[in-house]
Amino acid sequence: MKEYFSNIFTAFSTVWTGMKITFKHLFIPSVTIQYPEVRLQLPERERNRLYVNMDDCIGCDQCARACPVNCISIETVKSVPGDDLGKTSNGKKKALWVTRFDIDFAKCCYCQLCVFPCPTECIYMTDVYEFSEFDRDKLIYEFSTLTKEEKREKLERLDRHYNEREADKLGRM
Amino acid sequence: MSFESKENIENKSAVRTEEMVLNMGPQHPSTHGVLRLEITLEGELITKVTPHIGYLHRCFEKHAEAMTYPQVIPYTDRMDYLASMYNEIGYVIGVEKLLKIEVPDRVEYIRVIMGELQRIASHLVALGTYGVDIGAFTPFLYCFRDREKILHLFEITCGARLLYNYIWIGGLSHDLHPDFVRLTREFIKDFKPNIKELNNLLSYNKIFIDRTANVGILPVDTAINFGVTGPNLRASGINWDLRKDDPYSVYQKFDYEIPVGEGKAGTVGDSWDRYYVRVREMEESLKIIEQALDTLPDGDIASAIPKRIKPPAGMIYTRVENPRGELGYFIISDGSINPFRVKVRAPSFVSLQIMDELCRGHLVADVITILGSIDIVLGEIDR
Amino acid sequence: MIYDVINNLTGSPVLSAVIVAMLPLFLFILPFALVAVYLERKVSAHMQDRLGPMRVGYHGILQTIADIIKLIQKEDIIANENDKLLFNIAPVLVFVGSYAAFAAIPFTSVYIGAQIDLGIFLIIAVTGLVVAGILMAGWASNNKYSLLGAMRAAAQIISYEIPTILVVLSLVMMTGSMNLYTLSEMQTGYFWNWNLFGGSYDLLQKLLLIPFMLIGFIIIYISTLAEVNRTPFDIPEAESELVSGFHTEYSGMKFAMFFLAEYANMFAVSAIVAALFLGGYQSPFGYLGNLIGAEWLVSIEQFLWFTIKGVGLVLVQMWLRWTLPRLRVDQLMTVSWKYLIPISFVNLIIIGLITIL
Repeated sequence: MKEYFSNIFTAFSTVWTGMKITFKHLFIPSVTIQYPEVRLQLPERERNRLYVNMDDCIGCDQCARACPVNCISIETVKSVPGDDLGKTSNGKKKALWVTRFDIDFAKCCYCQLCVFPCPTECIYMTDVYEFSEFDRDKLIYEFSTLTKEEKREKLERLDRHYNEREADKLGRM
Repeated sequence: MSFESKENIENKSAVRTEEMVLNMGPQHPSTHGVLRLEITLEGELITKVTPHIGYLHRCFEKHAEAMTYPQVIPYTDRMDYLASMYNEIGYVIGVEKLLKIEVPDRVEYIRVIMGELQRIASHLVALGTYGVDIGAFTPFLYCFRDREKILHLFEITCGARLLYNYIWIGGLSHDLHPDFVRLTREFIKDFKPNIKELNNLLSYNKIFIDRTANVGILPVDTAINFGVTGPNLRASGINWDLRKDDPYSVYQKFDYEIPVGEGKAGTVGDSWDRYYVRVREMEESLKIIEQALDTLPDGDIASAIPKRIKPPAGMIYTRVENPRGELGYFIISDGSINPFRVKVRAPSFVSLQIMDELCRGHLVADVITILGSIDIVLGEIDR
Repeated sequence: MIYDVINNLTGSPVLSAVIVAMLPLFLFILPFALVAVYLERKVSAHMQDRLGPMRVGYHGILQTIADIIKLIQKEDIIANENDKLLFNIAPVLVFVGSYAAFAAIPFTSVYIGAQIDLGIFLIIAVTGLVVAGILMAGWASNNKYSLLGAMRAAAQIISYEIPTILVVLSLVMMTGSMNLYTLSEMQTGYFWNWNLFGGSYDLLQKLLLIPFMLIGFIIIYISTLAEVNRTPFDIPEAESELVSGFHTEYSGMKFAMFFLAEYANMFAVSAIVAALFLGGYQSPFGYLGNLIGAEWLVSIEQFLWFTIKGVGLVLVQMWLRWTLPRLRVDQLMTVSWKYLIPISFVNLIIIGLITIL
């Protein structure tokens, strides 16, 4: 009998405590923001879309090897002696033409493992997160700055260089 | 014509009671992930529950055989996506033991801080979603508001909110942000009254206690026979926590208690106990974080990271205390740059097995109560 | 009075009776249902530290209209195995059951939908149609989950009608009339004369009655909360357990009818509780119209007070919904049969004794 009434009493008192809490929260300003008119300021170490600065890339393939999902594809062509590709920003001389540098963002898992091995720090993560596309093929970003004719031209020059060297060797023999 | 004995034919034409099979399919608002439960009912009482898993299998263990040791870490993140730090810590401690390297003290302290913050975040999700299953929609939003602050702390340190790739073999990927200590202390100060508010709103509410007390009682010997660990075991009354009974990292240096279920609202080991043990664990984690912040040593976080990770051939089994139980990694190395085998002992996998035992004799509405109190994550179960 | 005006206009008593009974429906309840949906979303959002609808119109005022337009233009899905007749009639029954009760509710002293001497009796009888509608909806959906939900809803509503009727009985005993209009008229004066505080009797009887009136008020509030299937009694529509219960299979306008019927029902029961206990349309402090000598202002003020009391009780219902978890089915039945009914019986006897004295 006593339990009957104490049940009723605890029911009312706990319900009343809960109601007081929600009533208090009616007057607390909201913690949500109205995206997309208001955007959050992202911290500096934020890991979103990758960016590659092709002027600094020496084509060493370290980032492609470090990637766990194989989303970076790199193809390079050796430069012929006498070609001047310029220097990177920390003074290294570049020796490879980077003909293909594709990153497939549909596969990228934003783990940041490609950023650390880069010797020139040319690949890094920006804070861009609004890059959705309707078509999955558009998510393959091509960073290489050479046009198709230039790539063909570099390959032909390399072939000619090797052929001349072979001809030289045969000639000397 | 079938040759059956006379007794069998008589039995077949006798009256049978109907047994209904109810399917809580892979898509359901309350199973935490893609889990299929096949419930056999007799009237409203349950006679058998069969869980069907495998809807989230992503071949983690096979992938691990093809990656190098550092490349496995993003994959371990994605198993138990609500407690990623612990997945990384378990794997990394195992590989470090194989390599026989010692990490600096600062790295250990930061790992403990990140781990305990992750424990609080994971328990907030478990408690909030449990409230929604029971029907109280408001504590869910309060829990997630607090969890946002923790995820912000993680974001300023390593750049990601949920899948971190922060704990590396031999150290960490980034040192703490200069604002981290100040923001964490603010968070601790704001969070203590919020736990009290959560208790007043949900834990001590009579309706909540009526829904969860004496439901799904897990007896001690059943728990030990099945191999259940973590808060589910502690709620049944046993004081077993890997941070105190098999310490790893620097947990011996801190002073904290292990909450054990006492049956305050019903019997020992019911759903309310499992829920309440998690609330108390959050409070204890706050104590550990405070002590770690006070005694954080200086040092270099990257000095012990080897250039090329090639452990000598051998095997090792490490275990850490996940928010859901004992997470174990069994790593076999054959001397090359890829591990030969990485096997994971997921705590939710073991905890899901007790569903059948616990649900017998209860009503259908209790299935969701019991499932929510066990706190499973399908990513861990299916890997 | 309005009845006379319309009677003069049309000249046929039957037609004008119908129009007078339908007026609160279109002028007040339908707009109220639209406002109530918006209000619930905003109140729940602010209780949960978020904002709620903000984009459609200024701070989301037009959100309900957008929702109704969306629901109207949806495809009306009827599966092959559904019982077509029952499936189509069920929402109509639920809608009618909720809205027809408004005919007997006193909005002001000069206007009441239908002057019936059996006001309360009519309301309780008509809201019983809702049970039939829910059972039809559950059966015709050909869905195991919907059937379970519908049966639970029927059991719940029927169990909770009993405490409601007992409390109403005790009040009818005390005041001697079933007409809601008479009941409201008997509570004139300041708020001290409200039935919650003992009604307009002499002081000793009033003081004796106050605790029992309070108990009756709480009992009827809880029972009517269960009748409209609001949390903590919303097992029939529990989202996480039965995926929307008996109205899972409905889409488009039929779903909108269930939806609007729920909010109208909420207001109906709040209005009944207000009329019974809180003085109906009487103001607690006296009338501004009487003060300044404008008699026509009094009825408008009464309407305002009635709305304030009704909406206030609706807001408390919403407040309870977002605070409390849900009760399980057998606990629901326990609360009704083991707690509410015995207490309301005892209450009835004691109030009867005090009234005789």
